[in-house]
Amino acid sequence: MIRLQGISREFLVGDQTIQAIRHIDLSLDAGEYVAIMGPSGSGKSTLLNVIGLLDRPTAGTYLFTEQDVTHLSDNEISQVRQSKIGFVFQFFHLVPRLTAADNIALPMTLAGIPPAVRRERVSEVLESIGLSDRGHHRPDQLSGGQRQRVAIARATVMNPSVILADEPTGNLDSKSGQDVLRILEGLNDRGIMLLVVTHDLEIGARARRRLRIVDGAIESDLKQ
Amino acid sequence: MTIRDVIAFTIRSLQGFRVRTILMLMAMAIGVAAVVMLTALGDGARRFVAEQFSALGTNLLIVLPGRSETTGGPPPLLGETPRDLTLDDALELKRIPGVRRVAPVSLGNAEISVGARNREVLIVGTSGDYRRIRKLNISRGRFLETPDPRRMSPECVIGTEVRTQLFGVQAALGQWLRLGDRRCRVVGILGTEQHSLGLSMDEIVLVPVALAMAMFNKESLFRVLVEAGSRDRLDQTQKAILNVIRARHEGEDDVTVIAQDAVLATFDNILRALTYAVAGIAAIALAVAGVLIMNIMLIAVTQRTAEIGLLKALGARPRQITLLFLSEAATLSMSGAVVGWMIGEFGAWVMARAYPAVPIGAPVWAVLAALGVALGTGVLFGIMPAMRAAKLDPVAALSRR
Repeated sequence: MIRLQGISREFLVGDQTIQAIRHIDLSLDAGEYVAIMGPSGSGKSTLLNVIGLLDRPTAGTYLFTEQDVTHLSDNEISQVRQSKIGFVFQFFHLVPRLTAADNIALPMTLAGIPPAVRRERVSEVLESIGLSDRGHHRPDQLSGGQRQRVAIARATVMNPSVILADEPTGNLDSKSGQDVLRILEGLNDRGIMLLVVTHDLEIGARARRRLRIVDGAIESDLKQ
Repeated sequence: MTIRDVIAFTIRSLQGFRVRTILMLMAMAIGVAAVVMLTALGDGARRFVAEQFSALGTNLLIVLPGRSETTGGPPPLLGETPRDLTLDDALELKRIPGVRRVAPVSLGNAEISVGARNREVLIVGTSGDYRRIRKLNISRGRFLETPDPRRMSPECVIGTEVRTQLFGVQAALGQWLRLGDRRCRVVGILGTEQHSLGLSMDEIVLVPVALAMAMFNKESLFRVLVEAGSRDRLDQTQKAILNVIRARHEGEDDVTVIAQDAVLATFDNILRALTYAVAGIAAIALAVAGVLIMNIMLIAVTQRTAEIGLLKALGARPRQITLLFLSEAATLSMSGAVVGWMIGEFGAWVMARAYPAVPIGAPVWAVLAALGVALGTGVLFGIMPAMRAAKLDPVAALSRR
């Protein structure tokens, strides 16, 4: 479903070119559970951003569901992101002035889905993360674990085929972290591809496929 | 995203940054209020002057002795004095077709006395037509009604103030009074509080023109007021007057004819220009408010970088982000403008209460222009920040916390 061929991403820092990821060939199938691990600065976040179409590679070809997305326009890329990809961030990134329900509805609002449909879908996903009674609370009235669950709900509300999570438990205590991982894995059980970037070996060990990135290249690719 | 969603999102973010929103509204409101109030004042002054003039009648021509322009040639060594504008000249004008009324006017100051009381007053020598041209009211008695203006009938019409000062509570009508070295009988009393271009009619004494000319020993009239039958014939009448006078004055153009309309138009133009000028000055405040909006929106883009990155990650197209930020700038400037409009109208209302004589009120063009400029600057200065927001790199935007 996802195919990277010779993908590189270079950054220009001052007059120095830094290769964040170099010549990565990678193939991921629908419904996989993949952990991307590696030391900090190894390029694992950059890889995730490229896969999530937030960042464009400087070289190589990226096929997403058989479609070459390397040279799509900003609008077309937004379209793909909107309908196919869900993001979960380490710092939640909820809009502070919107309620949990409105935050969850945001992707649907942007997509122009009518309010009635939005309300129904929001209450569905709120129930699935066990926060039905928290819909009208603002992010600052929620605990860290609850916030991340809201963020996951937001990532799933458009029924994406991939969920990309960048250190989803990095800002949570271990119990909330476990809850969040269980919810993410639950989504994976329903056939959604799950990509988790982490430097925590224990979390990485839960994935069926583990990629280790060092200096921008795949050092090992283990499958269970 | 539907328009309703955009509006809801905009309102949420304006509520989210309350102090910023209020300050912005104030900046815009002050600008618009300034435009509305200043144009209300300027336009009020213009209409005040226009009303004063039209009270005198708009189809009025004023004939003055002498020419108002100079001609070339050698200095007049042989004493080329302008000819007098005589009473006969004035009476001749009445024969011009299209002239409805003619009032010769002679002015001067004289001492007026009744018994031991006396005072100095302005004497206006004229004829019966003066009353109708100046639209004067008579409270008691009658106006000067001499069939032949050349006759020096010993009668006068006095203003109310003069009446009170000379006669006190006694009846004035029919009484004799001394006017300079002559005597005349009071035949009428003017109504109170009449003004003619700022001159109070309460403190004058009207006498037949021939009497005034004899009193002041003048051969020439101060001026002649001519009322044309209709406004469209004003030009024609003006030419006819000049022709008649030229024929009577040995071929010399030695009078000046002014149309009341022309004077009015001049004042109107001056005051209109003044109104535009103050509106322009006030509009600077609007431009400043526009720059402030840009400043505020740029800060908003910086403050909300992470949010913009998030919106992009959630699939917002660049155009949607531009739209969201533009809508914020437009809402800010528009609501500020409406608040300012209301403040301005209130200010104009207060001023109108303070000066009831002046018809203070903001003209519609000024209100529309102020609102339009406010929205225009808001959107115009909102474009740059909105574009900047749309161009943000989502990865860099999201990496900020």
